[in-house]
Amino acid sequence: MTITVPRPKLNWRERLYLPAIASGLAITLKHFKNMLFGRTKVTMQYPEQKWDSHLPDYYRGAPALVRDSGGRVRCVACQLCEFICPPRAIKIIPGEIPPSDRFAKVEKFPQEFDIDMIRCIYCGMCEEVCPEQAIFLRKDYAITGFTRADMVHHKEKLLEIGGVMHGVVLKWNEKK
Amino acid sequence: MPNEPAVPLLNVQIDGVWHQFPKGTRVIEACEQVGIFVPRYCYHKKLSSPGNCRMCLIEMGFPRLGPDRKPELGADGKPIINWMPRPQICCAQDVAEGMAVRTDSPLVKECQRGVLEFLLINHPLDCPICDQAGECPLQEFSVDYGNSQSRFLENKVKKPKAVQLGPRVTLDDERCILCSRCIRFCQEIAHDDVLGFVDRGSHTVLTAHPGRSLDNNYSLNTVDICPVGALTSTDFRFKMRVWFLKETKSICTSCATGCNTVIGTREDVIYRQTPRENDHVNSSWMCDFGRLNYKYLEAPDRLLEPQIRSEGRLVPADWPTAIGQAALQLKQFAGSEIAIVASGRMTNEELWLTTQLANSLGVKRIDIVPRRGKADHILLSKDRNPNTNGARLILGSSSAPGAKLLSIASAVRSGAIKALVILKENAMHLGLSVEELGQMPALIVMNTLPNEATQNATVVLPACGFAEKRGSMVNGKGRLQRLNRAVRPPGNARDDWEILRDLLQATGGGNSLHSIEEVFRRISETVPQFGGLSLSKIGDAGVHILQIEELPPTQPQDQKAIEEAIEIQTRRRAVHEQVHEARARVGASSIEREAAPPR
Amino acid sequence: MNFFFIITSLIKIAIVLGVILFMVSYAVYAERRVSAFIQDRVGPNRVGPAGLLQPLADMFKLLLKEDFTPRTTNTFYYWLAPCLAVMPAIITIAVVPFGSTLFGIPMVIADVNVGIFFVFAISSLGVYGIVIGGWASNSKYPFLGGIRSSAQMLSYELSLGLAVIPVFLLVGSLRLTSVVQYQIEHGWFIAPFIGDWMNPWKWLLTIPMIISFLVFMIAIFAETNRLPFDLPEAEQELAGGYNTEYSSMKFALYFLGEYAAMITGAAVVVTLFFGGWHFPGIPDGSHGWIFGLINIAVFLAKVAVVIFLFMWVRWTLPRFRWDQLMRLGWLFFFEIALVNIFLVAGILAYMTP
Ligand code: SF4
Ligand code: SF4
Ligand code: SF4
Ligand code: SF4
Ligand code: FES
Repeated sequence: MTITVPRPKLNWRERLYLPAIASGLAITLKHFKNMLFGRTKVTMQYPEQKWDSHLPDYYRGAPALVRDSGGRVRCVACQLCEFICPPRAIKIIPGEIPPSDRFAKVEKFPQEFDIDMIRCIYCGMCEEVCPEQAIFLRKDYAITGFTRADMVHHKEKLLEIGGVMHGVVLKWNEKK
Repeated sequence: MPNEPAVPLLNVQIDGVWHQFPKGTRVIEACEQVGIFVPRYCYHKKLSSPGNCRMCLIEMGFPRLGPDRKPELGADGKPIINWMPRPQICCAQDVAEGMAVRTDSPLVKECQRGVLEFLLINHPLDCPICDQAGECPLQEFSVDYGNSQSRFLENKVKKPKAVQLGPRVTLDDERCILCSRCIRFCQEIAHDDVLGFVDRGSHTVLTAHPGRSLDNNYSLNTVDICPVGALTSTDFRFKMRVWFLKETKSICTSCATGCNTVIGTREDVIYRQTPRENDHVNSSWMCDFGRLNYKYLEAPDRLLEPQIRSEGRLVPADWPTAIGQAALQLKQFAGSEIAIVASGRMTNEELWLTTQLANSLGVKRIDIVPRRGKADHILLSKDRNPNTNGARLILGSSSAPGAKLLSIASAVRSGAIKALVILKENAMHLGLSVEELGQMPALIVMNTLPNEATQNATVVLPACGFAEKRGSMVNGKGRLQRLNRAVRPPGNARDDWEILRDLLQATGGGNSLHSIEEVFRRISETVPQFGGLSLSKIGDAGVHILQIEELPPTQPQDQKAIEEAIEIQTRRRAVHEQVHEARARVGASSIEREAAPPR
Repeated sequence: MNFFFIITSLIKIAIVLGVILFMVSYAVYAERRVSAFIQDRVGPNRVGPAGLLQPLADMFKLLLKEDFTPRTTNTFYYWLAPCLAVMPAIITIAVVPFGSTLFGIPMVIADVNVGIFFVFAISSLGVYGIVIGGWASNSKYPFLGGIRSSAQMLSYELSLGLAVIPVFLLVGSLRLTSVVQYQIEHGWFIAPFIGDWMNPWKWLLTIPMIISFLVFMIAIFAETNRLPFDLPEAEQELAGGYNTEYSSMKFALYFLGEYAAMITGAAVVVTLFFGGWHFPGIPDGSHGWIFGLINIAVFLAKVAVVIFLFMWVRWTLPRFRWDQLMRLGWLFFFEIALVNIFLVAGILAYMTP
């Protein structure tokens, strides 16, 4: 079905266009003026101004591996996060903890743990699924690199971002 | 099966519905047949039923008998049931006339919850690090039937962890739920009684008998049947979580039995092979030798590029060049100057294309290399070639496999044969020296791994291993089964049948075959035993196409044995000829007699 | 004397050229800031304080880019066109008086007695750069851009020429220094009544002079391909028009040409209608070199204001449709300018000075 939209009939003043042009110029001039005198609120000047201090507690930044207060890397390489991760950003190669280790009982640890930050969508699924409270989304959001390889966070980097997490369940205690 | 003796059918009521089952059916099976799953741990249908896990508790009852010893009938005309006051296990009980069971009553549910709670009391609950997680009935039943909360406050019992039960099996005693499946398997199937329980109560642990270890060739089956993560494969342990594995149905190609398998892969890496149930072939088991015999596919020296010899060195080439070069070299010679050594490890399709190649070149000398080991009278057979029967059918040779090898070798020495095509075999099996091979004007080799022959070849064609291709094979008992592609071939290696097809085309024989299905169709048109079949009709379980009582004769690999074997074969051939004539007179043409030549 | 003239001329040329190029680069920067401000954005503010070094960065960027010549072009003309685009715009400035005198040297490179003709003659050569560029690119969008450009320039050149005739009717000379001189004596042409408030003729004269100014201004917009008359470039329709196939320094030359044309246009407008370097109450350079400098500054300030006007209009008005553009040029401005000439002539005939 065709809808015909009639052109509005213009009177001679409108057909002269000059008033319209003039009012247009006035509008743009007003904006110019307000900007010039700093009266317009514009976007935050990002690298100079940051809103780190305003980040809410539930902010989801870069995922990172944490240690517990005893210094143990909490991840046991169960690979559930690798499974759940929607863009498949996580890659884990599990290893076996040698029997001589204090935490030999834990048996498994992540030999390699890579998160491809080009792929990560900061969804927080990994944190949600982790049965060991080992991976958390921290507040880091400025993740940059010069190459694709730079953008892959290896285990060391993840642990560095993650730091120590207090107040988590200490599951692998002596009784266990 | 049609000729089974008639078994009387018994009326059994399951959850209020009456059914009929043949006498001798286990109640747990009867339930399963009507679609009611009863949780179980110790019961395994291929093993005896000790009834020690108590997971399968149900309510059971029998018709109330009147004074006349006849069942009293209720208002609905069916017998009234006298329920037993206590629950019964259903895995060790056969159905009986008039028996009634309840699988979902409150009592049953209470029992299931209770049993699970007991099982989990000392269970470590470390699913995140447990290899069984994802295929663990303890996990699954806990969700389906168990409590969501633990009431256990005491300390759990500590038991040994990471115990090496044998060279291939690692045990975590804390996770064991003492179902004894593994013990029974070793006693009943592997005939190697090595496992047992020691200590009492909650301190009971599974262990190998003193001085013994679980080292039989079937030890890894215990890992498969262990319902929890107690028994783990040392090879697979902690390598990959099972939920990542892509499962491809295939068959084991390490001996003529052709056990049905599932290949677990992730991103083109094979992580494990497990048996697939097929009562015509391997029941639910497979041997460790076959199970672990896939690592060579990832060998660092796999042939990855086609190569051609140029100025005394092998240099990488692209496929059209390599195929063209191979064809060029072959066409220089008359058919009588060429010999083809194929392999009993090739699929029917590949072998058929090989015969086509031989026909188009006019080659008469073509044979496979026999390969023999010790049979163990469980699954592993003497013949270590998976497709000897297929080769026999398709190559159409009347002699036993390997019979022509000696004559080929001597013809090479004498210079009568100038071109040798070695397909998926080591030319050293011919008994020729490296120097003799190096002097061949044309030595065309298709293989997955390098050997002396590939080093001296004029053209090397990298091919696929069993998990990288599709195709069919005929096992030692004459059952036609399918291989499926689980991983992609590495590097520039190509499907064997494609290589052979291209070679066939380049030598001027054969027209275009575009799919392996087409190749199989051509086989089914030319080889009578394959008649009416197609790759898809073979199905996952395979089809019997030959009736063979005995596994076909095979020869050991070493040179002396081959010579001996050839001698025997020569004698046999004389006898065989007589049989042949006799049969020609009778007009019968049955493969059975051919398959088992008179001694 | 002759030698002295050549030396001073060369110095003037060098300085003017430098100033023009400097102004061009900052005009680009200004354009980006102005447009940003109009659109409530910040604009380039990263390179140097307040982004003031941005033009330098742009220059390096353009210099370092790959200079790509498509295979299908007519290479000679393809290379020639950007030079043709930039040359006329810069040459035109030669006849414009940008100051009074400095140390007795007149602040005009060439005080030609047919100044305005020179301006029109040279500036209309600018169209060749665009037409040739569009044609030599051998690609449809540049070609369309070139065609549009030639038609548009031809159409508006007419109004441009006719619109200034009233000015010269009044001045009686085509020399641009005379135009400035006349305005110093008789008030700026945009407001001829200044200084002679009681004369009703001057008031009457204001009407045609304003019409003249508007038509001239609009024609300059069209001549410099500025929005709302940027049909030859029209990013949305022609993907950049005549310069689509250009990259690196050749593209930069087009850019340079466009902005140089704008600056020259602004200078001509200032000279013709806003009294050139004159500002009421400020004496000329003969009263001391400091006044000579101030005159130049006044001229530059006026030019800056006109340039701002250019930008302001660009970021306010949408582009014309092609037929509207042509209709406007031929059926409106042309007639208006023509009638305007007679109006001025009539007034002049009866006006008592
Ligand atoms: S936050 Fe989401 S996308 Fe990123 S690693 Fe975790 S699960 Fe993957
Ligand atoms: S889910 Fe947690 S414990 Fe499991 S692999 Fe990921 S981070 Fe490690
Ligand atoms: S055996 Fe099953 S329930 Fe026990 S830890 Fe392993 S996966 Fe979890
Ligand atoms: S190791 Fe596994 S199969 Fe053996 S008794 Fe324990 S739970 Fe059962
Ligand atoms: S399955 Fe019946 S007792 Fe274990």
